[in-house]
Amino acid sequence: MAFELQLISPVEVAKDFALAVQDYTLLAAQSLGNFFRRPLYMGDMLQQADLIGVGSLPIVILTGLSVGALLALNSASTLQRFGSITLIGQLVSLGMVTELGPLITGLMVAGRNASGMASELGSMIVTEQIDAMRALGTDPTKKLVTPRVGATAFMLFFLTIIADLLGLIGGWGVAHLLFGLDTQQYWTSVWQILVFRDVFTGLIKPVLFGFIIATVGCYYGISTRGGTQGVGRSTTQAVVASSVLILLVDFFVTKLIFAVFGYR
Amino acid sequence: MSAPTLPSENPAASAVSPSGYAIEFDNVSIAFDEKVVLSGISFHLAHGETKAVFGVAGSGKSTMLKLAMGLLRPDSGRIYVLDEEVTAMSERELFELRRRVGIVFQESALFDSMKVYENVAFRLIEEGVSTEEIERRVREVLRFVELENTYDMFPSELSGGMRRRVAIARAIVTEPQVLLYDSPTGGLDPVTSNTIVELIVKQRDVYKTSALMVTHRLQDAFTMATHQFDKTTNKMVPLPKGQLSEVPMSFLILRDSKVIFDGDAHQLAGSRDEYIREYIS
Repeated sequence: MAFELQLISPVEVAKDFALAVQDYTLLAAQSLGNFFRRPLYMGDMLQQADLIGVGSLPIVILTGLSVGALLALNSASTLQRFGSITLIGQLVSLGMVTELGPLITGLMVAGRNASGMASELGSMIVTEQIDAMRALGTDPTKKLVTPRVGATAFMLFFLTIIADLLGLIGGWGVAHLLFGLDTQQYWTSVWQILVFRDVFTGLIKPVLFGFIIATVGCYYGISTRGGTQGVGRSTTQAVVASSVLILLVDFFVTKLIFAVFGYR
Repeated sequence: MSAPTLPSENPAASAVSPSGYAIEFDNVSIAFDEKVVLSGISFHLAHGETKAVFGVAGSGKSTMLKLAMGLLRPDSGRIYVLDEEVTAMSERELFELRRRVGIVFQESALFDSMKVYENVAFRLIEEGVSTEEIERRVREVLRFVELENTYDMFPSELSGGMRRRVAIARAIVTEPQVLLYDSPTGGLDPVTSNTIVELIVKQRDVYKTSALMVTHRLQDAFTMATHQFDKTTNKMVPLPKGQLSEVPMSFLILRDSKVIFDGDAHQLAGSRDEYIREYIS
């Protein structure tokens, strides 16, 4: 069998990329605009909140606990060397609340839900269900995308708070049980180190990450082409793209907050 | 074969615009990448008429329905549905128009995460109709397609023919003025196909709904052209001899992205075009 090698022009690749960015931006803007247009599909939003929020709770609990404990474990040996083991609470607190809590929760939910959204909407595309919805006079971005965006941003906010808290508990477990740090001393240092900026950073990020997860997942779902193979491809791309975007946005948001509030 | 009981006849369902056609294509062309699917096609569908669209696979029949529904935009030309120019409307304006047009997709396109009841009631729920009214109309229309027992079932639990009938129920529940059928009998056994043809004939003769029906099955279209729905016996019956032309039924054949025939059964039977003669033989 002879294989024909097809070369793709860089101009075409650039055009496709620009088109994809344009389509994604339009979808993201539409999903936000729909919050101000009736109907709001609160029932669908609650259903999605249950699927995304309650459904993701076990992995968020597990990862939150593990990351907090690991953070404490890895930093404890260095801190002990300098006789500063009492600072472990501050380190875990700052690390979890400002960075690791939102990031890990975002990545976990991206892996679980961006893929779910892409495959669900992708399947609906290939079986003409989205066309049927349009034909029945319903806007799919309003009925399918906006409830997912609202639910993910809302639930990720609370999931991150849970992950932060469990990370701190995990850190306490390691500090107290393995390194004999006093419980009150740990929790006092955890509390005292945090300032408004840290909490603000830690709570604004999950809302942005939630928006990214849902819009990217829905975008790849809605732009699925090529049958079941296309659904598989969209699912993978949704996870990769949302994870990369989360990391990029995390960097720029952190930098922006430092610029606005100043460094510590 | 006897058809199920009729739902209430609502004159509003057959209300038509004062002028123009139910559907009009004016020099419409569309291509996907380099492939020209439809090239400068023009035709119209009169109010109350059913037009069967034929053509080989890939000739643009389904594309034509999607264009009429505004689900696809043509590269050039104009499309009018119920006197409104679909090609000049925004997606949001189209949502309003689509509430007056029903479509039955080739693979039914039922929402697989919803039960039959929710599928059929979808548009009514969107329109904010009361629960009691929805329940009544859904049961009525499911009775119409002889599937009332599937009310609480999921589409995956139904056979292909049943799914197609649920799709018809979903399309007619709001009593649309125009219906678009995409291969409604494709891949079905002769008995189920006949049931669906009878439903389409009933929709045409009782509700006077205008319809564009894409099909591969010439025999279905000829059955529709030679039969009418008898309300007294609630059955589809053959037309008396000499009344063939009284049925509002026409045929349209696509070939090489163009319309090569648009006329009634008499004209089709009398066509001297070699391709058409071969097609109908």
